[in-house]
Amino acid sequence: MDEIRLIEIKEDILSDNAALASSLRERLKEKKTYLLNLMSSPGAGKTSLIIRTIQGLKDRFRIGVLEADIDSIVDSEKVAAQGARAVQLKTGGFCHLDAAMVNAGLAAFDLSDFDLIIIENVGNLVCPAEFDTGSIRNAMILSVPEGDDKPLKYPLMFSVCSVLLVNKTDYLGLSDFDMQALKERVKKLNPEIRIIEVSCKTGEGIDAWTKWLSDEISEFIKQV
Amino acid sequence: MHELPVTQSILEVVLRHARMNGVSRVHAINLAVGKLSDLEDEWIQQYFDYLSKGTLAEGAKLNIERIPVVFRCTSCRTDFEVDVRKMKDILCPECGKKDFTLVSGREYYIKDMEAQ
Repeated sequence: MDEIRLIEIKEDILSDNAALASSLRERLKEKKTYLLNLMSSPGAGKTSLIIRTIQGLKDRFRIGVLEADIDSIVDSEKVAAQGARAVQLKTGGFCHLDAAMVNAGLAAFDLSDFDLIIIENVGNLVCPAEFDTGSIRNAMILSVPEGDDKPLKYPLMFSVCSVLLVNKTDYLGLSDFDMQALKERVKKLNPEIRIIEVSCKTGEGIDAWTKWLSDEISEFIKQV
Repeated sequence: MHELPVTQSILEVVLRHARMNGVSRVHAINLAVGKLSDLEDEWIQQYFDYLSKGTLAEGAKLNIERIPVVFRCTSCRTDFEVDVRKMKDILCPECGKKDFTLVSGREYYIKDMEAQ
């Protein structure tokens, strides 16, 4: 019988997903389509933010939305009502989207017809952080009622995002949410992250967000 | 929650390397996972036992090395380990400043396997 030997692997656990994500990113660059992966816990305001984003940017960019939802089409109907193309991925019990699912969802779009596609990921702060979807950037929303301690509980999510939107700032006076403490905690995990305070209800801060995003898209289109 | 697809991916990578190396049986798989990840060792092993039935890796033991979260002070370049779940008022143990970069804690890879 052969002796037991140690075989070096040194490969990422999710290497298949990572490879698929990279090839998707290459295709997006070719087509000049900026793919944004939006993550948050359920109820933090993903759909509301997407609607605000469409309203703010639809005159400048051709926008599509890939909606992941456990088993309903409520969100995609709301988005479609804003005049953007929405495709619904029914994820069943899946807790996250991976590159293969996003790739399948994007088949419903002709990428050449879109400047921006927003993925509304499954509402969850744990699993989506682990899986590269092939997007150009990751964004997350944390809403004020969730509390300023979330970076302590879900550090990975805060470390993989380029931008954090702190939503529902209209609740700030009503809670003990400490914005300064939140920012310090997030910046320790991710010094490069941009933090933008918004309220999808009142519209406060939405201009700063759409400016960040439109600068990103313009820069992306220029570079590729 | 996402342990099942993660385990499936580990199995696929291991079986690919087993074929490349002409292995007939995998006894153990050594993983390195940063402490920023939420992977439950027990579930990974249970799912692996289930998924690997009838493959070369059936019965293999998964050993997970947890890589600590290490920050590097931007000012004096000192590296130090932190518990991110108790992250409150972290200061550099050397110079007392509080600007850091993340050095480790996001690892997520298969190191090697013991096989014959």
